[in-house]
Amino acid sequence: MATQTHMHGRIGESIKRKEDGRFIRGKGNYLDDIELPGMLHMAILRSPHAHARIKSVDTAAASGMPGVIAVVTGELMAQHKLAWMPTLSYDTQAVLATDKVRFQGQEVAAVIADTKYQAEDARDAIVVEYDVLPAVTSPQQAKEAGATLIRDDKENQKDNHIYHWEAGDQATTQAAFAKADKVVRLHTFYPRCHPAPLETCGCIADVNGATGKATVYMTSQAPHAIRTVFALVTGLPEQNIRVISPDIGGGFGNKVPVYPGYVVATAASLLIGRPVKWVEDRSENLISTGFARDFHMTGDLALDKNGKMLALRVHLDSDNGAFFADAQPTKFKAGLFHIVTGSYDIPTAHVTADGYYTNKAPGGVAYRCSFRVTEASYLIERLVSNAAIELGMDQAELRMKNFIQPEQFPYRSATGWVYDSGDYPKAMNVALEQLGYAELRKDVGARRQKGEVTGIGVASFTEVVGAGHGADFDILGLRMFDSAELRVHPTGKALLRMGTKSQGQGHETTFAQIVTEELGIPAADVAVEEGDTDTAPYGLGTYASRSTPVAGAATAMVARKLREKARTIAAHLLEAAEEDLEWDTGRFYVKGSPDKAKTIQEIAFAAYTNVPEGMEAGLEGVHYYDPPNMTYPFGTYAVVVDVDKGTGQVKVRRVVAVDDCGVRINPMIVEGQIHGGLAEGYGIAFMQLITFDAEGNCIGSNFMDYLLPTAWETPQFELGETVTPSPHHPLGAKGVGESPTVGSPAAYVNAVIDALSPYGVTNIDMPVTSDKVWAALRAAGVTE
Amino acid sequence: MFPAAFDYRAPASLQEALSILKERGDDAKVMAGGQSLIPLLKLRFARPELVVDIGRLPSMNNVMRRGGHTAIGALVRHVDVENSKELASSAPMMVEAARWISDPLVRNRGTLAGSVCHADPAGDWGSVMLAFGAEIVARSLSGERVLRADEFFEGPFATVLKPDEVVTEVRIPLANGRAGGAYLKLERKVGDFATVAVAVQVQLEGEKVSRAGIGLTAVGPRNIKATDAERSLMGQEPTDRVIAEAARLAAEAAEPKDDVRGSAAYKKDVVRVFVQRGLKTAIGRAREVKS
Repeated sequence: MATQTHMHGRIGESIKRKEDGRFIRGKGNYLDDIELPGMLHMAILRSPHAHARIKSVDTAAASGMPGVIAVVTGELMAQHKLAWMPTLSYDTQAVLATDKVRFQGQEVAAVIADTKYQAEDARDAIVVEYDVLPAVTSPQQAKEAGATLIRDDKENQKDNHIYHWEAGDQATTQAAFAKADKVVRLHTFYPRCHPAPLETCGCIADVNGATGKATVYMTSQAPHAIRTVFALVTGLPEQNIRVISPDIGGGFGNKVPVYPGYVVATAASLLIGRPVKWVEDRSENLISTGFARDFHMTGDLALDKNGKMLALRVHLDSDNGAFFADAQPTKFKAGLFHIVTGSYDIPTAHVTADGYYTNKAPGGVAYRCSFRVTEASYLIERLVSNAAIELGMDQAELRMKNFIQPEQFPYRSATGWVYDSGDYPKAMNVALEQLGYAELRKDVGARRQKGEVTGIGVASFTEVVGAGHGADFDILGLRMFDSAELRVHPTGKALLRMGTKSQGQGHETTFAQIVTEELGIPAADVAVEEGDTDTAPYGLGTYASRSTPVAGAATAMVARKLREKARTIAAHLLEAAEEDLEWDTGRFYVKGSPDKAKTIQEIAFAAYTNVPEGMEAGLEGVHYYDPPNMTYPFGTYAVVVDVDKGTGQVKVRRVVAVDDCGVRINPMIVEGQIHGGLAEGYGIAFMQLITFDAEGNCIGSNFMDYLLPTAWETPQFELGETVTPSPHHPLGAKGVGESPTVGSPAAYVNAVIDALSPYGVTNIDMPVTSDKVWAALRAAGVTE
Repeated sequence: MFPAAFDYRAPASLQEALSILKERGDDAKVMAGGQSLIPLLKLRFARPELVVDIGRLPSMNNVMRRGGHTAIGALVRHVDVENSKELASSAPMMVEAARWISDPLVRNRGTLAGSVCHADPAGDWGSVMLAFGAEIVARSLSGERVLRADEFFEGPFATVLKPDEVVTEVRIPLANGRAGGAYLKLERKVGDFATVAVAVQVQLEGEKVSRAGIGLTAVGPRNIKATDAERSLMGQEPTDRVIAEAARLAAEAAEPKDDVRGSAAYKKDVVRVFVQRGLKTAIGRAREVKS
């Protein structure tokens, strides 16, 4: 056979997203679209105080209000041993407060009523008496001598310290610093922000009193893990728990944790015997669910006089809120932060981290990020740019000089990571060329002569995604493999089920394309299903850019298994020896006789009608993929900004983003992911902030105060790519969803600092708002 | 998020609306476009017993030139101002300011008069009214009052309107000779309230300033009229020095507070920068007008 069959939807084709038809037509099925017969509604009463002792909870008035079925308090939950629950980081978290409230917005009581309106009215009628306590709102306050003890519920907890964690080598790092010509220090605060998915969190718990089956519809990025956690928390047998994640309107890490509302709704359904729906409103989502970042970081970079990096030393204080509920692999207390040596060949490094309780919402999640890699990338990329300024070197040149070189891969970093593949100089060169860096530098010089404030920022990030190898990566002991089950029907159409859960990433298209590539079934003929724990194979879910590296690999592997069975069937049908068959995507043919062939559709039909003697019928299989290593996407981003001297406003003139995520399965989806992440990166760099006043009141509890970028603010993006396949992934793919949020904040801020560097400015913490820029300009005597 | 329970009336005539307010005005909120009131209801910050929806009243949605002013009916929406040919010729600064109001969704529903009555110190129209020296017409069963903009705003969300009154129109005086204006706004994102905004409207006689109006947004308990700055310009040729002095005086008139949008010092300085820029733009525009 001379020409290959054209197969729609193979790897590398930008086919349209299969799922978009229903979303565009308003036919998606989100949690709040689901109505069950007899369903009740729940509203949660939350603490107005950041820290207070509960004196009394009076539910009498609320209980008597129209439509009210039950009022649930912490005391009632305690009677069922459900007032507290375990977190994903081996701590405990209050489900409904019994002793104290420890952050503003903490769950205190819940009303179950016929309608949501009635539930909210009755919630307002619950009377709670508090004794207000001093609030602790930062790690600095938390570690002060005599600071109020937040976790007095824990027997051995005598202060507000949660953990100390280290990576790298202290002695060799110290020695290297002693010999350095130059040490550059950056102290920076990566402030608290929030993933703020368009759809808030919620659930419908439906416990059938007759069968004992608990069906819980939930906005979860990790339904299987949630099922297991539920089994452990409630004691219900796991086969009687079914978690269904319907269509999900964005997650960004916010929908990984288990929230108190899920537990209360399930307990209420169990006790009342009717389905109970709970859907957060926007403020509830922003003040009480998984936040991100809140790292106070100090980095020291040791260099020789030529700009060669010698060592890196980093300390961070992490603000974890009232309960240590970070969603991250068990072994790593500060997530994967020790990827902080980034793209650079730094011989030695030492990283220390301390976590602290504060009177703020718990649940540090990886907001579009692989477990704190965002904070790490930000620190090193800001530090390197500051080093360039201090050394009087060009920031691109300093990076070039210190990059891990292509021939050094696999590269073992000073903190123990083994980078799989990369070509950092190439990505940098593509970016600089696309930007026209040399010309722009001259232009910046000329503009500055005229008094303009303008600058260029560069960041060359390296990520670590695709968690992860089972021996190193687990959450509550559950190893972080993922799975795919592929079933080919007699007519040659297929059903692919996975342990992951799309929240907008385009899984129904991307993973169908993997089946197309490996098995030759057109993507249009492959249905992809995720999110129902009764039907999908077990997996740890979708976050940390792990779906393509792990479940995508599982999909390739299961398709290959089926292809081998198909070969045997084809040999039987063609009356040829298996070893004489050649695979040409979509068909087997006899070597030398391309016309003697069987298509995968013919083979699938035979699998149910005409299998060789002794072979099991059917064409289906499952694969659980334990990745041998993480994947390491990388890239170089460059940003040009202009600053208004009068108002301090920053205008982003250009953004060039060159990503290398290995092999791209659907380039359009990859580019869409990058656009989205660059927009979020812009938001984080310039707008998004969850902050607190001295009393611990959350500032940023609605979209008037928590500012998300719209199309109006979002700059234009110019994308570029290089392709360095992962050597260990079956398709060479690396994962991409988070690269732009990880890499871009430093590029944006570096551009502002570059613009202000002629005036001696070396740092402005995010979000870089116009008032901060104005203050820096006026302090340097610049005015309009 | 659901509002607390309230009664709702949608009168079919102005007379009916005024009768309802005569009876229950103390417990009622008048709603036109609802773009300020509904969010407050939803968050249960506002809990009126009665909402009087005047949105269906007839013939209050016109912009027309009449006598010495342009009259803007109580139901004229922000988007109508944006698209008004009449205002584009008689008061183009109005059109410029309208484009700065929130986002298209709000502009499609919200009304100019409703926004003025809401008297949010961070509202844009208040400053525009002050810069133009506009008049606000209020009706009750007892009759009609014509109120000057600089006497209308009392404090945050407070005006001189009585509980039984409804604003029926806003009047923008027609310029005498060559006039120009500018509206400058600093916001953190589209749809945000102003960090600082400035409305400037000037008139020239020959090369000298014959009238100057400067209104300041979000830098005090109400929209502020920068009277000293206005006076400093009167009869002057607007040189850079004169403009800089006016800008300095306007910044002095501002009474901002530190908040999430920035420090008081920052906001004062932005007032200075914006008044300076706004005056230059407005004077440039006035000079372009053929006398």
